Amino acid sequence: MPDIRPSATIDRKLLELLVCPLTKGRLELDEDKNELVSRSAGLAYPIRDGIPIMLPSEARPLDDDEKAASKAGR
Amino acid sequence: MDAEGLFDTALVRRNRLRALTGAPDGSDFLLKLVNQELSDRLATVERRFETAVALHAHDPQLAALVAATGKADRVIRIEQHRDMLGDDAAGGIACELELFPMGEETTGLVVSPLSMHLVNDLPGLLVQIRQALLPDGLLLAALPGTGTLAELRDCLLTAETELSGGASPRVIPFADVRDCGALLQRAGFALPVADVETYTARYDTMFALMRDLRHMGMANPLRARSRKPATRSLFLRAAQIYADRYSDPDGRIRASFCVLYLSGWKPHESQQKPLSPGSAKIPLAAALGTRERKL
Repeated sequence: MPDIRPSATIDRKLLELLVCPLTKGRLELDEDKNELVSRSAGLAYPIRDGIPIMLPSEARPLDDDEKAASKAGR
Repeated sequence: MDAEGLFDTALVRRNRLRALTGAPDGSDFLLKLVNQELSDRLATVERRFETAVALHAHDPQLAALVAATGKADRVIRIEQHRDMLGDDAAGGIACELELFPMGEETTGLVVSPLSMHLVNDLPGLLVQIRQALLPDGLLLAALPGTGTLAELRDCLLTAETELSGGASPRVIPFADVRDCGALLQRAGFALPVADVETYTARYDTMFALMRDLRHMGMANPLRARSRKPATRSLFLRAAQIYADRYSDPDGRIRASFCVLYLSGWKPHESQQKPLSPGSAKIPLAAALGTRERKL
């Protein structure tokens, strides 16, 4: 059952309370990809139907470009 | 990731996911009892919390009860899988049992019913929760403790020893109330309290009990469990022993659930503390109403 809700329904206050469960490092919201990015763990946690899925097993490993981009951006 | 742990965490999640469908009414009786007890205990706390977490509560009941106490402005549900959050999943989070995703000093209250007994690293989880709690924040948790399913363990062990000359672990080891108190203290909680409530459930047969356990999502998740399919004769013999040893005059069997209730606070300067040694203003003898005698 596809649930098409705009990402705007993401509870921003909730996201501010979250950290990367593995490293306790901070998370950045990538609104285009609908992901919570943990630079410290090198993982991007998906947000599905507005629910942060903080499972390392379901997270996307960041590729080298993304890691490099994050360093350049600092 | 957890190749060493006592519990097979993937199986823990699968067991609970399976239990979401097809569980008959009433098989969540223990969870209902525990949820009610936890919210009753919360209701007596003279504090209001901005953000509360219902941690691996399996269904929305506890979150609703916590909200109903009026002690929390918002209740966030954390479950092991998106599907456990159900249709009304907004404001929910999916996270593993062993990890706590809330940031440092973000959370006022954490309430956890009947899931901490399946965590491989409970001290580690408690430390994570303590870090996420605000000063003077509260953890209320319930987990089955020593004595839980002691009858079932005894019967399965006896039957398996009789039939195959050895036994494999079929009932998980449960924590002791004193150990849990010490664990809270070690994890840095102030004013730790641990106590036990024993509930006795009665069933027609051992098979009905085992069915209920599966519907609770509490089938055996031990990594060291026997991978050989258990024989029918083992369970038949165990059920026989169960009926012999632990039945009431009406023929129904008893199953014990000894639930540990834990509470601990994130330290805060307003909390009561013991005085420092040597700071007493009156002698002990005066407090006891006796005369001090030399040894």
